[in-house]
Amino acid sequence: MREEVTYRIQALSKAYEGREVLAIEALEVQRGEILALVGPSGSGKSTLLRLLNFLESPTRGWIEFAGARFEPGQEMPLALRRRVTTVFQRPMLLNRNVWDNVMYSLGLRGQRDADGAAWAVLEQVGLANLAKQNARSLSGGEAQRVALARAIILKPEVLLMDEPTANLDPYNVGLIEKIIYQVNREQKTTVVLVTHNVFQARRLANRIAFLLGGRLVEVGEAEAFFKSPADSRTQAFVNGEMVY
Amino acid sequence: MSSDLYEIILLTFLVSGTALLLSTLIGVPLGAVMGLRRFIGRRWVVVLLYTGMGFPPVVIGLFVYLLLSRSGPLGQLNWSFIPELFTPGAMILAQTIIAFPLVAGFTMAAVMGVDPQLQQQVISLGATKRQAATTVLWEARIGVVVAIIAGFGSIISEVGAVMLVGGNIEGRTRVMTTAIVLETRKGNFDLALALGIVLLGIAFLVNLAMLRLQGRSMNA
Repeated sequence: MREEVTYRIQALSKAYEGREVLAIEALEVQRGEILALVGPSGSGKSTLLRLLNFLESPTRGWIEFAGARFEPGQEMPLALRRRVTTVFQRPMLLNRNVWDNVMYSLGLRGQRDADGAAWAVLEQVGLANLAKQNARSLSGGEAQRVALARAIILKPEVLLMDEPTANLDPYNVGLIEKIIYQVNREQKTTVVLVTHNVFQARRLANRIAFLLGGRLVEVGEAEAFFKSPADSRTQAFVNGEMVY
Repeated sequence: MSSDLYEIILLTFLVSGTALLLSTLIGVPLGAVMGLRRFIGRRWVVVLLYTGMGFPPVVIGLFVYLLLSRSGPLGQLNWSFIPELFTPGAMILAQTIIAFPLVAGFTMAAVMGVDPQLQQQVISLGATKRQAATTVLWEARIGVVVAIIAGFGSIISEVGAVMLVGGNIEGRTRVMTTAIVLETRKGNFDLALALGIVLLGIAFLVNLAMLRLQGRSMNA
């Protein structure tokens, strides 16, 4: 039977130069869910995402993924690391055309004969007509869709997204949200989405986790989170009363 | 042109081309490592590299001369792969030492100019450290081409070091710059000027080829 939990986090802490920026006692990410991480700037959301992508190791505690524990000072094996990928807020595309950018992530795995998959993904993100254009000449929304395409072509087990629609126009926001939803439903990809936008979290997420000052304040089903939050700070955040 | 002149041009290409190749093989990976990695003592290596970039070629020629002379630390070893003084091998060694800090220094600057976020993002896509480094180096390719051009420029026009360690021996170690010096001293200004124009032409063509390559990369 497949494990129903994708990530199991225990006593996780991350500090930079002695300053603790994240401390989570316990959190589980369920397989196939969309979990939104919300909270004000500096609450540790992006730090948690980097830890979940194994880009940095924890200072204390551990993250369990696919039966392996990611602990302080450790590096996750490449095969496990490759089951997770991130779409960042500011996508860094290669100085090549759109096609090459999308094929790049497959090329890293030695898969070069995947034209069909690349066209399908480019169609999905609405960029097939720009395949031969240099990626550096694209608009912000188009660039973010290329970043999304190069991530989802990998069919990752986990898709981590760090503010993927920040500063984008409503058309691109809608399109990217639709793709996230499709990928989650059709490929059963687990999605962890960092967002400032509580409306976006409500539209997309099954569960929502609220972080404040590096601590996990509350986590719950999306509907309950918005309708009847257990913590007064969550209530203030949801009502837009929290100044940050 | 006489066959002597062809021989001089050929030897110039052989010596500077081999030195440039060696400088690229040493300088580009070194520059990439310096640009990508942080390690203890890196600051000192950077200082040494920058010093090497501004080192007078004639002083490098003097060091190589002392190293390779019969009583020098390398000359007395008599190992077959250590070149002897007054041979093209000694000239290649001197020119490599002149050019590689330039290639490494400019490569390091080019690599450091690539947004550090790129490396993190390609690692998140599943790149190994080596794949990530290669990707960053490829993104910095325009700067790397400039680094190689700078290395070439520093040795094709260099005269002091090759004169010292090569000796300007006719048919053996005479290259274009040393031939220009000799012909000027002999009063053969026409020949010296002709050699100078050929040297300028070669430098121009090589730089043009590199810039075309650079332009292609920019349009890729």
